[in-house]
Amino acid sequence: MTTAYSKEVMKRFKKPKFAREMKDADAIGEVGNVNCGDIMEVFIKVSKNKKGEEFIKDISFKTFGCVAAIASSDALCELAKGKTIQEALKITRDDIVKKLKGLPNIKFHCSVLGEEALQKAIENYRKKTYVESSVGK
Amino acid sequence: MKVYLDNGATTQVAKEVAQAMQMMLTKKFGNSSSLHKFGVEAKEEMEKARTIIAKKINTEPSQIIFTSGGTEADNLAIKGVAYQNKEKNHIITSAIEHSAVLKTCEALEKEGFKITYLSVDEEGFISLKRLEEAITPKTGLVTIIHANNEIGTIQDIRSIGKICREKNVIFHTDAVQSFTKVPIDVEKDNIDLMSLSAHKIHGPKGVGVLFIRRGVRPKPLLTGGSHESKMRAGTENTSGIVGFGKAVELIKEKDVEKMEKLRDMLIKGLGKIPDTIINGPRGDKRLANNVNVSFKYVEGESLLYHLDGKGIAVSTGSACSSHSLSPSHVLIAIGLKPEIAHGSLRLTLSRYTTKEEIEYTIRTLKEVVEGLRKISPLTK
Repeated sequence: MTTAYSKEVMKRFKKPKFAREMKDADAIGEVGNVNCGDIMEVFIKVSKNKKGEEFIKDISFKTFGCVAAIASSDALCELAKGKTIQEALKITRDDIVKKLKGLPNIKFHCSVLGEEALQKAIENYRKKTYVESSVGK
Repeated sequence: MKVYLDNGATTQVAKEVAQAMQMMLTKKFGNSSSLHKFGVEAKEEMEKARTIIAKKINTEPSQIIFTSGGTEADNLAIKGVAYQNKEKNHIITSAIEHSAVLKTCEALEKEGFKITYLSVDEEGFISLKRLEEAITPKTGLVTIIHANNEIGTIQDIRSIGKICREKNVIFHTDAVQSFTKVPIDVEKDNIDLMSLSAHKIHGPKGVGVLFIRRGVRPKPLLTGGSHESKMRAGTENTSGIVGFGKAVELIKEKDVEKMEKLRDMLIKGLGKIPDTIINGPRGDKRLANNVNVSFKYVEGESLLYHLDGKGIAVSTGSACSSHSLSPSHVLIAIGLKPEIAHGSLRLTLSRYTTKEEIEYTIRTLKEVVEGLRKISPLTK
């Protein structure tokens, strides 16, 4: 069992590339609760590519949590950026752990939060666009 | 800059202590039980240390026994008394004990002993009235931590001792954090058993003391030779013991004043960061070297690693830093909401801590807290 954080985790924790609020986000996914000590918010901006598929044009996060939670949020954003919605939905906790070059066993649940936050954001995006298209009709 | 502010975890061994220990390891290395000169000179040095420590708490050397540390001393005191007289199957302790006491009580609970865990107020003090009410004819032991290791609350042990004496109940206190920082007089304080540790006062790890009042006979935990008045079998750790004695000898009264001054400077400086809560009492009821602070909207482990990256070593009561993933039982016992407990840091000073280090810490913590708050969804 490893208890120490990998260099990759520490690098992302110290200088996360995607940690910011997105004022004009198309959707936000929020997971976790304050009692457990982790709250993650993922902001997404969606656009259409040349094929007409929706893709994640921009993504960012805000996280209250430990080193692993912040690093997982950042890794998730990097994994999801530029991916189509279909591809983004396939991102798993294992992908996040791999991107981080490993997480201490006790911190695996932080990567789960990342997976869930993105799915929630996409779900919220779908709800919103569904409502908008329904209203349009 | 390197700043060590985790002296509640352990301290740097003083140079003089290391020298005294090296002398024991390389020159006076005999077994203190041996009859030849090598043994005799080792024993002499060990007994000098025993006398120094005994004097410090106003007792006789014969009432001091050496152990492998605070944890063993706590185990021997609590289990030893419990097993000695199983008729008295009730133990009273507090909700904010060190795990060495708490887990020992929980283990006895599983064996059928009844344990009362006294709750504490928001500053971490037990209620003397509740203690008095909790004592029954079945109560065999009261064990209350002298100064709390996380939030620095110094209990009124003199009053606790008085109550126990009047009710004829054995009183044990874990004084690992308070020893040499708060005056202790086992006679005036009516203490029957007391655990001490060397490595919190610039002595070595792996050596502790249990003060055992004459007439109190805990059942030994170890079987073996008749070392330490037959209370603790095993060849004495003479170098560690001599190091412990030296560490006590080196303590000066002004050390405490110096730590208190810097502690209050740190509390004042950190208090200026918005949305910050100081946990534990203020003033002279707080351990001289302890600061415990919660920063709202951020998590402690993240703070700890950012500080570590800037050379500052601290600890946290956040769940995320613990192997159990539950927040500190002490912070929960004083009524902190989980999210506030998650954002807590403990900074513990030593006599070597400088003003410059404290200034650097305040400055750096302010930056780190601001940085993490910027990316926290909880920040208002």
